[in-house]
Amino acid sequence: MNERRKLWRTFKNNKTAVVGTVMALAVLFTAVFAFLISPYDPLEQDVFHRLTPPERSHPLGTDEYGRDVLARIIWGTQISLMVGFFSVLLGMIMGTAMGVVAGYSGHGTDTLIMRMVDVLLSFPTLITAIMIAAILGSGLVKLIITIGIVFAPRFARLAYGPTLAVKEMEYVSSAKVIGASSFRIITRHILPNIFGEIMVAGTLWMGTAIMTEASLSFLGLGVSPPTPTWGNMIRSGIDALTNAPWLSLFPGLSILITVLAFNMIGDGLRDIADPKLRA
Amino acid sequence: MVKYAIRRILISIPILLTVVTLIFFLVRTMPGGPAMAVLGDYASKEAVEALEKEMGLDIPMWQQYLVFLKSLSRGDLGKSLITGMPIAPQVARVLPYTLELTISSALFGVVFGIPLGVFTALRRNRMFDYMGRTFSLAGISLPSFFLGILMMLVFSVKLDLFPVVGGGDIGDLADSLHHLFLPGLTLGLMMTAYITRTTRSSVLNVLREDYVRTARAKGLRERIVIYGHTLRNALLPVVSFVGVYTIVLIGSSVLVEIVFSRPGLGKMMVGAVEQRDYMTLQSVMVIYASLVVIINLLTDLSYGLIDPRIRYD
Repeated sequence: MNERRKLWRTFKNNKTAVVGTVMALAVLFTAVFAFLISPYDPLEQDVFHRLTPPERSHPLGTDEYGRDVLARIIWGTQISLMVGFFSVLLGMIMGTAMGVVAGYSGHGTDTLIMRMVDVLLSFPTLITAIMIAAILGSGLVKLIITIGIVFAPRFARLAYGPTLAVKEMEYVSSAKVIGASSFRIITRHILPNIFGEIMVAGTLWMGTAIMTEASLSFLGLGVSPPTPTWGNMIRSGIDALTNAPWLSLFPGLSILITVLAFNMIGDGLRDIADPKLRA
Repeated sequence: MVKYAIRRILISIPILLTVVTLIFFLVRTMPGGPAMAVLGDYASKEAVEALEKEMGLDIPMWQQYLVFLKSLSRGDLGKSLITGMPIAPQVARVLPYTLELTISSALFGVVFGIPLGVFTALRRNRMFDYMGRTFSLAGISLPSFFLGILMMLVFSVKLDLFPVVGGGDIGDLADSLHHLFLPGLTLGLMMTAYITRTTRSSVLNVLREDYVRTARAKGLRERIVIYGHTLRNALLPVVSFVGVYTIVLIGSSVLVEIVFSRPGLGKMMVGAVEQRDYMTLQSVMVIYASLVVIINLLTDLSYGLIDPRIRYD
């Protein structure tokens, strides 16, 4: 049996990963086919049906302008997924490069890069994001850049520790002795060793990135209304919490389901990526 | 160890200085500028210039920076652009609220998360493990502000057990605990979920190590294998993750403070952004940065304390 089929079988047998993938695919499907499945225009106001509780014509109710909550949630999926994917990708590439180079080169470079990472890490995700959002202004691309910058130092920290440890392993010393180049050692011995952890963190943090986007929108600093995002829906729903809880409940559940899906895939990937478990 | 600690503490000083410098210049790249923020977008040029002079913004940037550092070293954070009141006393008033929230929820997470992580790992793939994993997965997937809203809906609105808003009187222990309970539980559960996961996977990793198998093979009692060989090594990465997650927690405290209308640094910061009060924003950022530099320092020190390989590197 070849390696790929073996991996596929391990994946298929991992219930967490399969359920997570199915959930994530459902979310992806919702985002891509929003124009097909959305029952209403998410921006269409209906003054005669304001704050309608969930019922047959509006399964998740309507908001204070009579807009359909389900339609708004469906369209909000697009923003969440786009921001999540591209910001993590950006952060992963920048951060892993920083961490591996720092850990492998040691001495001065090590201190310089990791102190810079420390400085960047000094800002908690949301606080940096608030600061950068205040400078860059709002908008989808700026939001992706903001969250990407915020995530890079985490990947660097994550890649740094294992790189330090792997560097001291005997097989790396042996590779050095027989004259392997730094590039070869990094790509052949260090990256494969930390790859699993980085990927798991990547999927795990994709959920976190989606959450960061929602948090920024919740604070009124993300994509601005009337464009529906889960975060700004919760924000406008919180004032009506006692008489119209569905306004914040359903967007919140959407965030939970999406983030949960990515976390489940991340969990499954960790098991699959770990060669000790596969053996 | 002492040498490592001194080196690490000395390194923190330039880090903090870099952060403070970064914040100073970042705040000044914000669109509009402070005087414009106070007077509004349609203010006349003369009015803006007069106010800038009054605020000390007419001198060159590097001189402003030196003035800023000098007053910072005296503990003076400047005056709010909106109220004209000194910022330092205001920070001193709200900081305890943020600290009690963050520290209590971090402790909650460590106290419940580490044992839960160890037990789920030792009972892998059994009922207890599945329950623990489901809990921690749900915990890390729930946005803190949504969890806070759910808590509020159940415990304050429906059951009327806890106050909906405010932080209580910080001098009155019973009152502040009463107000702290829901926000603390919200962040505490989040922290528990994070630490449970990290601990579990770390213990599982170590349990597969050769030296654990060797320890078992040579007939050591399970207690010794677990406490002597496994946990000491497994808890090493957990220490650094507790640091990272406490930083995440500080970020989440902003949201929880907003949801529960609790006084604190987060509420102060969001208010400053909304009102474009650059001086207050800058001060709050400096305080946050100091908190995080301290957490990073403590994490590295404890890392060095339990892992001799680090301190002799």
